[in-house]
Amino acid sequence: MSLTDKDKAAVKALWAKISKSADAIGADALGRMIVAYPQTKTYFSHWPSTSYGSAPVMKHGKDIMGGVVLAVSKIDNLVAGLLDLSELHAFKLRVDPANFKLMAHCIMVSIATKFPAEFSPQAHVALDKFLANLALALSEKYR
Amino acid sequence: MVVWTEFERSTIQDIFSKINYDVVGPAALSRCLIVYPWTQRYFGGFGNLYNAAAIMENPKVAAHGRVVLKGLELAQKNMDSIKATFADLSKLHSEKLLVDPDNFKLLTDCLAIVVAAELGEDFTAEVHAVFQKFLAVVVASLRKQYY
Repeated sequence: MSLTDKDKAAVKALWAKISKSADAIGADALGRMIVAYPQTKTYFSHWPSTSYGSAPVMKHGKDIMGGVVLAVSKIDNLVAGLLDLSELHAFKLRVDPANFKLMAHCIMVSIATKFPAEFSPQAHVALDKFLANLALALSEKYR
Repeated sequence: MVVWTEFERSTIQDIFSKINYDVVGPAALSRCLIVYPWTQRYFGGFGNLYNAAAIMENPKVAAHGRVVLKGLELAQKNMDSIKATFADLSKLHSEKLLVDPDNFKLLTDCLAIVVAAELGEDFTAEVHAVFQKFLAVVVASLRKQYY
């Protein structure tokens, strides 16, 4: 399910409309994931707090969205563009790739709450494909 | 047995009282058919599903979306016995409709996104978490009679 030119255009078009809220989306999405899927908390035992809206959650949500922003700029070759991030996740963080799906879902829920009109079914399918491809690129170096 | 807190019960009730069934049902089903096009395999008799616009305008999709949401309302009204309430529906999906149960999650993911769009800022992380739990119970109950 690789990205067609139409998908890439749709992702960039949606991104143009929502990018100024990237930090808020990231913080909201990560906060939601931790609340809705508590098993994801296991990766953050070193934080003083995992509560929604807490400082570590907000900062890390921002970092994650930074990765998504990078991916949008590397949309024509996600595997090559995300090599460093893949190595980070594979050898240091070792996040089970199943969690990438949960994060992707929460990012899309967050966008739906903030931009219901822009997140049309057409934008949704393009973004769903993009985030799935992003997750694959991120798990590239795992084994 | 699924245990529901008071907060969870009232949150689910609240969600169902706030959403417009005529909007959410059709929107969730059509979104599922658009975002996960392989799900169209189950709707051969629905006519034109050729592109997103056709799916969103298709009256059979809209009607069936309402049927699906009515099913969810049944779960909401019987929160302490969703598994029993859905036993026949589960058999129907397994034996007659022959739906791959992995598809149930695809539809509920679309439902979460449509409800999120409807409720906006009211769809807080806590409300979201409760809704995902409810949907997970619904999906598990629908999977139960498969063998």
